[in-house]
Amino acid sequence: MTPPFNTPPAQPHPASSTSPRLRAALFSTDHRVIGIQYLVLALIAVVIGTLLSLLMRIHLVWPDWPLPLHGPILPEDYLALVTIHGTIMLFFVLTTAPQAGFGNLILPAQIGARSMAFPALNAASFWLTAAALLILLSSTFVPGGAAISGWTAYPPLSAVASSGPGQALGMDLWLTSIALFAIASTASSINTLTTILRNRCHGMTWERLPLTVWGWFTAALLSIIAFSVLLAAILLLFCDRHAGTSFFLPTGDLVNGILHQGGNGSPLLWLHLFWFFGHPEVYIAILPGMGLTSMLLANFSHRRVFAYRTMITTTLLIGLLGILLWGHHMFVAGLNPFASSAFSISTMAIALPAAAKVLSWLATIWRSRPSYKTPMLFALGFVSLFLTGGLTGPILAQPILDEYLHNTFFVVAHFHLIMAMAGIFGLYAATYYWFPLLTATSQHPGRLLSEPLGHLHFWCTLLGAYAVFLPMHLTGLAGEPRHYGQLTGIPGPGGSLSPAGALLSHTLPLNRFITYAAIFLATAQLIFLFNLARSLRKGKIASSNPWQATTLEWHPSMNPFPPLPASDTPEISVHRAPCHYQPCHYQSNKVEVSFLPQWAPIPFEQDEIEDVTDTKPE
Amino acid sequence: MICSRLTSACLPSLCLRSLWLDHAAIRSPWLLPRDASAHGLALDHHLLLNLWIALALLALAHLILLIGLLARRHSEPTQLWRIEYLPLAALALLFAALTLKAERLWASSRYTGASPTALQVEVTGVQFAWYFRYPGPDATFGLTNPSLVAPGEGNPLGLSSTDPHSADDFVSSQLVLPANREVDLRLRAQDVIHGFSIPEMRLKQNAVPGQTIHLHFTPTTPGTYAILCTQLCGLGHYRMNATLLILPPDQFATWLAAKQKAAP
Ligand SMILES: [Cu+2]
Ligand SMILES: [Cu+2]
Repeated sequence: MTPPFNTPPAQPHPASSTSPRLRAALFSTDHRVIGIQYLVLALIAVVIGTLLSLLMRIHLVWPDWPLPLHGPILPEDYLALVTIHGTIMLFFVLTTAPQAGFGNLILPAQIGARSMAFPALNAASFWLTAAALLILLSSTFVPGGAAISGWTAYPPLSAVASSGPGQALGMDLWLTSIALFAIASTASSINTLTTILRNRCHGMTWERLPLTVWGWFTAALLSIIAFSVLLAAILLLFCDRHAGTSFFLPTGDLVNGILHQGGNGSPLLWLHLFWFFGHPEVYIAILPGMGLTSMLLANFSHRRVFAYRTMITTTLLIGLLGILLWGHHMFVAGLNPFASSAFSISTMAIALPAAAKVLSWLATIWRSRPSYKTPMLFALGFVSLFLTGGLTGPILAQPILDEYLHNTFFVVAHFHLIMAMAGIFGLYAATYYWFPLLTATSQHPGRLLSEPLGHLHFWCTLLGAYAVFLPMHLTGLAGEPRHYGQLTGIPGPGGSLSPAGALLSHTLPLNRFITYAAIFLATAQLIFLFNLARSLRKGKIASSNPWQATTLEWHPSMNPFPPLPASDTPEISVHRAPCHYQPCHYQSNKVEVSFLPQWAPIPFEQDEIEDVTDTKPE
Repeated sequence: MICSRLTSACLPSLCLRSLWLDHAAIRSPWLLPRDASAHGLALDHHLLLNLWIALALLALAHLILLIGLLARRHSEPTQLWRIEYLPLAALALLFAALTLKAERLWASSRYTGASPTALQVEVTGVQFAWYFRYPGPDATFGLTNPSLVAPGEGNPLGLSSTDPHSADDFVSSQLVLPANREVDLRLRAQDVIHGFSIPEMRLKQNAVPGQTIHLHFTPTTPGTYAILCTQLCGLGHYRMNATLLILPPDQFATWLAAKQKAAP
């Protein structure tokens, strides 16, 4: 007999004293507890990362503003801010929250599994991730300061301690942190894959898997491939730093007066290894959000997902192409120009499955009169930001244009819109949508986040996101490079403004606007934090399926409230693909909408549903 | 050209331009700095074409999204080929055409090297300065040796005095070039990766330690231009810039003669 979902054996029910409860919460192997732990970690990380980005923006337009308790921001401080902001956001927010956080919370329930495949490994992954974050943050306080070579850590800068601040102990800690993170991510992805492969319930065939599960599945595959390469690269760099090897150091490299005479390595090897990881990484961050968006658009439009099978294919195709085109980060890095052409063409190719996804989303909501609940708004926002950020992808994929745009704010705008903003919108959609499942315990039913606050939060965030990142395209086109802590005051001969100072000072008015917009965008997130804090205690009690969803996580027995005794937990089986609604009966508030969850055995009409037969997963 | 007509016809963007920017150095509503190179015009046209296409697709997709949300409810869309495969095929063709054009431009600037008559200059990136070495009358660069590098003694590149070719080499902190003559740059880095970039020449290429990378272009308009470092290279990254001075050919000859005379 499988233990019931809500009371796994490893986690005894709250006793009278606090310490066993605390210990149960901290060292739980229950995937839902671990999922919450990951989300709390990501929340802490996103707050820190956002504050760091605000400091950067403020320094950029008011360089003389002294940071409280610190004083003026020095060039190395600015670069440390950039580095930690990028590392924290990419790894500890955009990788952790959708994949490990919501993956643990929702994925098992969506496939009808009672638990993850390897609960102990799952807990170990979380604690490794938490240790990685602590190590990263601690690097701020070591002599020499935190690493300053950006999240890409290109050698020789990162390989030689003499190359500047942050490259000694700070860089070692950075590498240790990311190595631990890579191990944790690989373990967690193996867990995800095994769970999807082995723990699907009766009738959950591949074609009936919700698209979110396909997103998690593809992201997990990419994680295993990409993070293992990153781990290898980090080990090589460690050897270069401490064991006298020279994988990434050419002979005769002279850094700060110290001559390197070892073997003949090449920094380009690091770029290849790093971007072989770095490019799939952005798909790892965005694929779960793409899957969720598909499901939410269908849910709130009471429609099927348009071209469901194509959506599965494009998800896999994006994953496959995603690991083949790392070289488009290296058009000006010193590759053979013919290689750039090959990478350019493969990058243009990935625009097609991505466009197919957008077309499917547009078709799903076309003339659907959806209900505009907050999760739906964020899903629509995801579509908009994905489009806006995605459309500059093909521009950057052309080497001749990248020659001008590479490492300018045009690139910063591109990836922040598509990965950071669309990624965050996916996370917000997930939070608003699954909040009842996040908050339900055996003691009380789940709650909903406030809708009016959610609407306000959505509109402010959408407006803020566009206000911050659209103008960055223009400062990039005007020539503003990334990683510049200062845009003016670069003196030329005779105290006049140098040509560089003159060129870059053009972007100052726009940069001021971007900084104001960034402060607005960050402030608007307080609405969400307030909503979160308030709704945890006072939120409206949710029914067992508040959004009339069709996927299994909303099955009454998957909801921990009211708790079912183990013997009464029904065997779940799945009878159809998700997102089956009866559109002709749809009227927004008056009549109850006909929808057919995956677990309901009876179809509305036989001719409406094509696959009602039970099939076992192979 | 279609795109340049589009460019100047776009009134709202022009208003924005007058609002934010006062300057003749910037042209086009997209805030591109003025181009002063021979290959830059074609690049700019292609870039502007791409930007307008992206903007048009963005507007179109959002329009479809809005109309789809506002229109009366209707039964589900079913004709797969018309709303899935037809637009996909159109996009595939569009992207293929853009790729093809971009590849031709890329090939013309990168697949082959400079002509043998091009002016030779070596560019070296060092934390946090650019050095420009001219080969002198013998047209040959002398050997350098990293163990001889001594910036304090006026030898930042480690020129070896035993090599006869290095006797007439001279090093400048400013890149001075004649207008309308092709230049063949040999790009090197002494310590870490640097990004050699001249926005107004539409030029960017990383300088990688251990590699010599050739880059060729023809400047057209005399003037001074910014040379930036665009690859994060340490704490002085933001101030690692230099000046490119484009002179009319006769003035360049005078400058070169003076420098060669001053060289030891
Ligand atoms: Cu540099
Ligand atoms: Cu630099």
